[in-house]
Amino acid sequence: MRTVFKTSYDADINLFRHGTQAAWYAVLLLLAIILPFLLSDFATGEVTHMLIWAIAGMGLMILVGQTGQASLGHAAFLAVGCYANVLLQERLGLPFLLSFPLAGLIAGLAGVLIAIPTTKLHGIYLAIATLAISILTDDVIVLAEPLTGGVVGLFAPTINIFGIEFDRYANPNRFYWLTLVVTLLVILVYRNALRSPLGRSFAAVRDSEVSAKAMGVNVARTKALAFGISTAITGLAGALMGHFAGIFNNETFNIIISIQLLLMIVIGGLGSIHGAFFGAIVVALLPQAIAISRDAVGGLIGTGSVAIPGLEQAIFGAILIVFILFEPMGIYGRWVKIRTYFELFPFYRRDMFRRQKSYLKTERMR
Amino acid sequence: MSLLEIDNVTLRFGGVVAVNQVSFSVEEGEVFALVGPNGAGKSTIFNLISRIYDPVEGDIRFDGQSLLSRQAHEIAAAGIARTFQNIELFEQATVLQNLLVGRHRHRRSNFVSELLFTPFVRSEERRHRAEVEKVIDFLDLQPYRDKYIAGLPYGVRKVVEMGRALAIEPRLLLLDEPASGLSVEETQDVAFWIEDIKKQMGITVLMVEHDMHLVSSVSDRVLALADGQTLALGTAEEVQNDPKVIEAYIGVADEHERAVA
Repeated sequence: MRTVFKTSYDADINLFRHGTQAAWYAVLLLLAIILPFLLSDFATGEVTHMLIWAIAGMGLMILVGQTGQASLGHAAFLAVGCYANVLLQERLGLPFLLSFPLAGLIAGLAGVLIAIPTTKLHGIYLAIATLAISILTDDVIVLAEPLTGGVVGLFAPTINIFGIEFDRYANPNRFYWLTLVVTLLVILVYRNALRSPLGRSFAAVRDSEVSAKAMGVNVARTKALAFGISTAITGLAGALMGHFAGIFNNETFNIIISIQLLLMIVIGGLGSIHGAFFGAIVVALLPQAIAISRDAVGGLIGTGSVAIPGLEQAIFGAILIVFILFEPMGIYGRWVKIRTYFELFPFYRRDMFRRQKSYLKTERMR
Repeated sequence: MSLLEIDNVTLRFGGVVAVNQVSFSVEEGEVFALVGPNGAGKSTIFNLISRIYDPVEGDIRFDGQSLLSRQAHEIAAAGIARTFQNIELFEQATVLQNLLVGRHRHRRSNFVSELLFTPFVRSEERRHRAEVEKVIDFLDLQPYRDKYIAGLPYGVRKVVEMGRALAIEPRLLLLDEPASGLSVEETQDVAFWIEDIKKQMGITVLMVEHDMHLVSSVSDRVLALADGQTLALGTAEEVQNDPKVIEAYIGVADEHERAVA
């Protein structure tokens, strides 16, 4: 087990706890950069898809894991980001470098507007209110047909940054690297939030509103801010999703996506950036894993590949039930336990994490 | 002028009068204790000062300014810190993070600079940490810095909550039953700390406490309450010997008992 000797306050402020940790993340980053050379174009596309989900997951994680506010409406903000990004490019002729951050900003402002009336609600009531927003957005996209193309949808143009084209099919590697850069920036912003007064005020609102107030935290403002930052990041993910899918309509961001996003961060592990990534790996790669294993099983028993409708949802649901029953802290919680086991070997005790409870305070009724 | 003036304050919950025309004032630099049986309105007075409840009549003034125009989250900025009877810490955060939340009142950076983590934010973080370390040294919390609250024993949580209130750097500290549930030794520590908070830090203390031993050892003045009304004000000894206070706690001998006696 490692003991870190801290010689300045900066040791607790810096992004990495010690040099070895920084080195491991550097290796991971290097691997992420050279990944397209190791994988086929198809696999690179799948990893890109995973990263986009991870960005959306981080967006929702700030709200649910850090601030303790449930949201079943985040697909709406994926949609806002996606449509804003494409419309700014198509209608106003803005370049991607401008339309992309603006799309995030618009989604963020939309989030703040939604937060002002809804964050007075707690727990399940907040979840219902945000659910309604998700459903409404679907309808609004259909109604605003002149702008959004309604059920026919819109085509996302090829991203063009200073003459370099980023297209999912024509040059999947570039699109992957673009997504990777956005992912890294979002991680950095997320970490900065966590290590500054902002992140602590989120935690304060999550764990005890009454004492947050006594500490001078403006609870209503903090919630609105958490909503804004969360939906801005989700909006960025939505913009990338639009470019990744190429064509999208009201169905692309339906209520199922909202639920899937929330389930994803619960499975991954609430309250950690790792959790968003672990969850994204499950959500984005599960359909492919199912398809591959279905073909393999079909080949073995000679039935060929038979599509079983709803199989994906069923397996996803089963995974969720298993996690809620046996590992409420998600994949990340399990990962921490395994790591602690090896770090402390042979002194790990089963009860070590007994007192640790779920982050999701929103389940508490008021 | 007194530091805190409770001026003829009344609070009703429906038909129940929780606080009935209570008036008292706390002088700068004293330790003022509120005592009384359960339901006397002690904690309610704390909640009135921290603006969780609105009084139906009366005024609460701090340093000459009415607190009633302030919202609950603006009370800390005025220089009033508090603890809670049933510990209200941030459970899924470390002791250090909890104490740093206490520094929120002194936050000078905005959220944009924090998301970018500018050098200014870093220097602010160092400054807040240095202040929090003073509190950690004062309360001997060194072993617990990076521990999560959820895993800490009750006695330590009680101390952390006091530390978080001190991190605010208040002028007035409201302690809601600082010794409830603590062992004799821990209560002794609390008594020393309250003395030091008053003498070294120059912070005025208003506390609610049932442990009369603690109350009489640290407080300059004591106010006894029962059923939302003031019974007696004076030193701990005077209040303990006041017939009305004895009546409120023990009850009065009824006709039958008197006849037998």
